[in-house]
Amino acid sequence: MSEHHHGHDHHDHDHHHDNHFTDMEARVKALETVLTEKGLIDPAAIDAIVETYETKIGPRNGARVVAKAWNDAEFADWLKRDATAAIASLGYTGRQGEHMRAVFNTTDTHNLVVCTLCSCYPWSVLGLPPVWYKAPPYRSRAVIDPRGVLAEFGLTLSEDTRIRVWDSTAELRYLVVPERPAGTDGLDEEQLADLVTRDAMIGTGLALAPEALR
Amino acid sequence: MNGPHDLGGQHGMGPVAPEANEPYFHAEWEKRALGVTLSCGAFGAWTIDESRHARENLAPATYLSASYYEIWTRALETLLKRHGFVTQAELDGGHMLEKGAEPKRVLKAEMVPGVLAKGGPCDRPVDARPRFVVGEEVRTKNFNPTTHTRLPRYARAKIGRIEAVQGSFVFPDDNAHGRGESAQWLYTVVFDGAEIWGEGADPTLTISIDAWESYLEHV
Repeated sequence: MSEHHHGHDHHDHDHHHDNHFTDMEARVKALETVLTEKGLIDPAAIDAIVETYETKIGPRNGARVVAKAWNDAEFADWLKRDATAAIASLGYTGRQGEHMRAVFNTTDTHNLVVCTLCSCYPWSVLGLPPVWYKAPPYRSRAVIDPRGVLAEFGLTLSEDTRIRVWDSTAELRYLVVPERPAGTDGLDEEQLADLVTRDAMIGTGLALAPEALR
Repeated sequence: MNGPHDLGGQHGMGPVAPEANEPYFHAEWEKRALGVTLSCGAFGAWTIDESRHARENLAPATYLSASYYEIWTRALETLLKRHGFVTQAELDGGHMLEKGAEPKRVLKAEMVPGVLAKGGPCDRPVDARPRFVVGEEVRTKNFNPTTHTRLPRYARAKIGRIEAVQGSFVFPDDNAHGRGESAQWLYTVVFDGAEIWGEGADPTLTISIDAWESYLEHV
């Protein structure tokens, strides 16, 4: 193990209950050490990347996009026609959000996003994907048994609701715009954004009712 | 390739098990794995398509039992060795033994915001006009390349409909193997659930993929 300390925490011995974790800790430590010794990576850049996705880029970005679309018909129309530009106008651009598409739930159609082949996910608006999104159960079943998958998230749709599954097989990244909940007429965009969960923007959930926040 | 990554429609993978209030990382090493992977991507030595292919080339038993950061890390080791940046002996010993290949770029902390905000757009202009139009029925190709492809097995040799012409994009099947970007038109193709899954398919289900032009044939 190297003597390098990069400002991040090395206290995590609570993970040593699992040999697999220990193995991965050692592998990643070796990689980082070798690459740092060669001057190929900057440990401070790694800290900056982690900090970005822990504090700056997350589902609040996407929630603001959805809230604005609910509140501003012109923006919603722009989001439908050119999601990349409409989303960039709010300052959300970049890695794994270079080519955005927004898909709108309606009273009769529910959208669900998956990447069966890897873990494609709209980082610029949702941040890092949850573990389940990248794991075999969701990736295998979302396309063949979407209702079964949704039930595991506590979401049961009407039997005649059409389900559209978007398999992210190319570089287009999909953001689901859930339906605006009832009883939200007086809310401003920040209050509306509070109702927009990460799962609602993947399609494994719906937007929260305003009562849920009270 | 028909690898372990091509999961659409597979059975037996278990429940989805979403975790309430899931943290962004489940261990410190995952943070470092993310940062090291992105930093090495900035070398400019390989493409995102080559890195995806390195991941899907993991042994199936390894792939299916690994977390995604483990998949990333294992594939990164392959890419770093393939491109001469590190040796297996260095990875085994955990220290530098020799100077390796020189990257085009080393990602410094001050470059991170700009690099993440810019990303890596992969739309490219092409001279040809699209061969397919919106509303047209198409059949996806039936093939089983041993190399990288983004046409999932479940969607091969199926009849679908062009829903949108999405622009022209780098073609991963070539780009993953250093054969150039070979940009092609990209289409959103939508299939009825019954076309894909047959008997017992959810009658309310449609599925779309984004398909490069050479994956498609006129019906």
